[in-house]
Amino acid sequence: MSRYLASRAVQTVVTLALMSFVVYLLIGLMPGDPIDLMIAGDPKMTSADAARLRAVYGIDKPLMERYLAWAGQALQGNFGYSRSFNQPVLAVLWPRLLNTLVLAGIAFVLATAIALPLGIWAANRPRSRTDYLINLLCFAGISAPPFWLALLLITLFAVTLGWLPAGGMADIRPGTPWPAALAERLRFLALPVVTLTLVQLGGFTRFMRGAMIEALRQDYVRTARAKGAPERRVLWGHAFANALAPVLTILALSFGGLLSGALITETMFAWPGMGKAIYQAILDNDYNLALVGLLIATLATIVGNLLADLAYVWVDPRVSIAGSA
Amino acid sequence: MIRRALFLVLALCTLAAPASAKDELVLGMTQTPGTWNPLISSMLAKSLISNMTARPLTAYDANSKLVCLVCTELPTIENGKARVIDLPDDGKGGGKKGMEVDVEMRDMKWGDGVPVTANDVAFTLEVGKHPLSGVASSEGYKRILKLDIKDDRHFTMTIDRVTFDYNSLSLNLVPAHIEKPIFDANPAEYRNKTAYDTDSTNPGLAFGPYRIVEIVPGSRITLEQNASWTGEKPHFKRIVVKIIENTAALEANLLSGNIDYVLGELGLSLDQALAFEKRHKDKYDFIYKPALIYEHIDTKLDNDLLADRRVRQAILMAIDRKAISDKLFEDKQPVADGPVSPLDPMYSPVARQYPYDPATARKLLDEAGFADIKNGVRQNAKGERFSIEITTTAGNRVRELVAQVIQSQLRQVGIELRIKAEPPRIFSESLNRRQFTGLAMYAWVEQPEGVPRSTLHSEEIPTAANGWSGQNYPGYRSAEMDKALDAAERQLDSTKRRALFADIQRIHADDLPVLPLFFRVDPFVIPKALKGVVPTGHLNSSTLWIEQWRWED
Repeated sequence: MSRYLASRAVQTVVTLALMSFVVYLLIGLMPGDPIDLMIAGDPKMTSADAARLRAVYGIDKPLMERYLAWAGQALQGNFGYSRSFNQPVLAVLWPRLLNTLVLAGIAFVLATAIALPLGIWAANRPRSRTDYLINLLCFAGISAPPFWLALLLITLFAVTLGWLPAGGMADIRPGTPWPAALAERLRFLALPVVTLTLVQLGGFTRFMRGAMIEALRQDYVRTARAKGAPERRVLWGHAFANALAPVLTILALSFGGLLSGALITETMFAWPGMGKAIYQAILDNDYNLALVGLLIATLATIVGNLLADLAYVWVDPRVSIAGSA
Repeated sequence: MIRRALFLVLALCTLAAPASAKDELVLGMTQTPGTWNPLISSMLAKSLISNMTARPLTAYDANSKLVCLVCTELPTIENGKARVIDLPDDGKGGGKKGMEVDVEMRDMKWGDGVPVTANDVAFTLEVGKHPLSGVASSEGYKRILKLDIKDDRHFTMTIDRVTFDYNSLSLNLVPAHIEKPIFDANPAEYRNKTAYDTDSTNPGLAFGPYRIVEIVPGSRITLEQNASWTGEKPHFKRIVVKIIENTAALEANLLSGNIDYVLGELGLSLDQALAFEKRHKDKYDFIYKPALIYEHIDTKLDNDLLADRRVRQAILMAIDRKAISDKLFEDKQPVADGPVSPLDPMYSPVARQYPYDPATARKLLDEAGFADIKNGVRQNAKGERFSIEITTTAGNRVRELVAQVIQSQLRQVGIELRIKAEPPRIFSESLNRRQFTGLAMYAWVEQPEGVPRSTLHSEEIPTAANGWSGQNYPGYRSAEMDKALDAAERQLDSTKRRALFADIQRIHADDLPVLPLFFRVDPFVIPKALKGVVPTGHLNSSTLWIEQWRWED
């Protein structure tokens, strides 16, 4: 096991190094540099100002030289400063990462917890009314654009009913008792979590349903039923355990993507998370911030995959992480 | 299970936070401020908030009149506090004329009780002039050759030239007692170590009516009254500014009561405000404040099709700007006749104006050699089709719509217009590098009495040699215009300066290197109970007078 983990750790480091190079190169090759944006916004900037600022921010050097300088510092744990915020990139990203983890984490757990039983239920009654209804709702969830869903929920629950806040983060004053503070946090989380959950729910349910239908067709299920095993045992003990492996891959990949992909939900609900930070950093030519943000998202995807691989072993004893099944 | 869940939802709703208290104001805006240091960069989102925590030495008020905010009296030639001098021959300014300006500062204190003094002015200039400090535009600092400090509240500045805006002292002071040790330790690292970003809630960074007490990055900024403020006591104890970048979500927050007021300078779009007014006229006051934001079209004068003045005049006369304003902006957005707004004291109504006149446009195009029309598009004797590109910013719905209307109107006179919408960062590069091929539609933010030198002077054409600085993107060269611009900057007599401004506007209207479209309006949607908000329409925004804002039943 430890050998496997060490090998995956090496793969992760190599992947991150390659990603950092590719991302740095892509951002660097995009048209426009930060000083162009500054000149456009400040008529008083002179040519001397532009040249001075390019030197101050190191933009006057060749791209490769800049990347190597960044990589050298990164190896020493210094990921540089955000040009937009004039703060260390980790200081800018850390609170946003936590915000996204809270939002995406809760939504992911909820979506998974609802999608798995729903998918199994639909798979166990294929072509029934329940199956059609679940499919319909799934396709509705997959098709509905997140910004439209968010606006609908805001209009209903915040504007019309006035039950929940339309966006932002909880404003907890000092001295607020913890149950009230918790309730306040949950109120602000409610709508973005529901939006993100609904966005994921359809896909997860469809995957689970498909995997379960496939598993229920297998010989071992027929055999178990022929042997008179109770339906609950057939479903959960035999079919579900085998159907779970492919679904785990999808879930792991989805979670990694959520770290940077909850952009629309974060924007609509004014939730300061990673998706918004990365998007804005790319627009603003904030190299360090965009780069480190994307690397964190990459790392999350890699770690998600690793967890999925480890989970395979747990759900299917025939699989060996050493590759000698 | 379902019952329990419903109970939980209802319980959460009953614990809902109360609407903001009478002594609290919740504001909304669409942009996240970057660095909080007022010297490092200029950004509207930042200035809307830092206006509440600090003040520039002088600012233009809502009537575009220059007023003192940190000084006691505006220095002028007339009151003897400003004078033209011969600069000493020190090898830099020898033989030149300059100016001396005496300033008396008000008795003000930083939030930690330390007085605001001339030393803060000296330190601010030191940072502004330092080549490694990362300050964006250093020109304003560098023109101050010398600062003679008489005592804590009196100083004299020596300016390196004779200029009409000698008393427009838009310096944003930074506290020397906090920032100087950080700057002295390493000027090159100052922008990353400044207390404005490492210790943003330090009371010593504020000397305005409010100070920042909490920043939740990307979400909200909370301000409370600054006990050291010596001016008019503000009405609100607490102000919360929420950042909601999506304007539809911002509107929903306003309607739900989550936000009391959306800052007009950085909030709802004009079309949103117009729709909002139809539904909620009873609860809000609507002010459509024409701003010094000049929507226009640059013409690439290197393009042979556009080099002829008659062609540019024809294009402008073929565009029905009044109809566009009526249909798209319900006539709220005034048509522009040139770069100087009618709100500006330097506006001249004498310059030539171009009403919608497609017949004359066609005639001018015929005269310019584009008389043949083939497949609806004009062409000249060489067979060159009059087909040009208009570049604008992608994602700006209004601009994209205006481009489509212009495309259709130009088609009526035989001009083919191809629309190219680029993301802002790419668009700004194609402007800075002068890579656009025909027309470029965007906006300038003008200053009251600002001489449009950077956009019209021939020395301001961006080239590789000058590091692509300057904003004369059309590549306009006119000796007459250069002369008028240079003279206007140096002219201290306001009557004579107005005459020079009239010349600038006349030459511009005749040559039309830039096609004027509209002056944008900032829509202010103000709750009826909120009083004291006075839109200014220029860079010195309404929050500079935050202490006058109040609830009134």
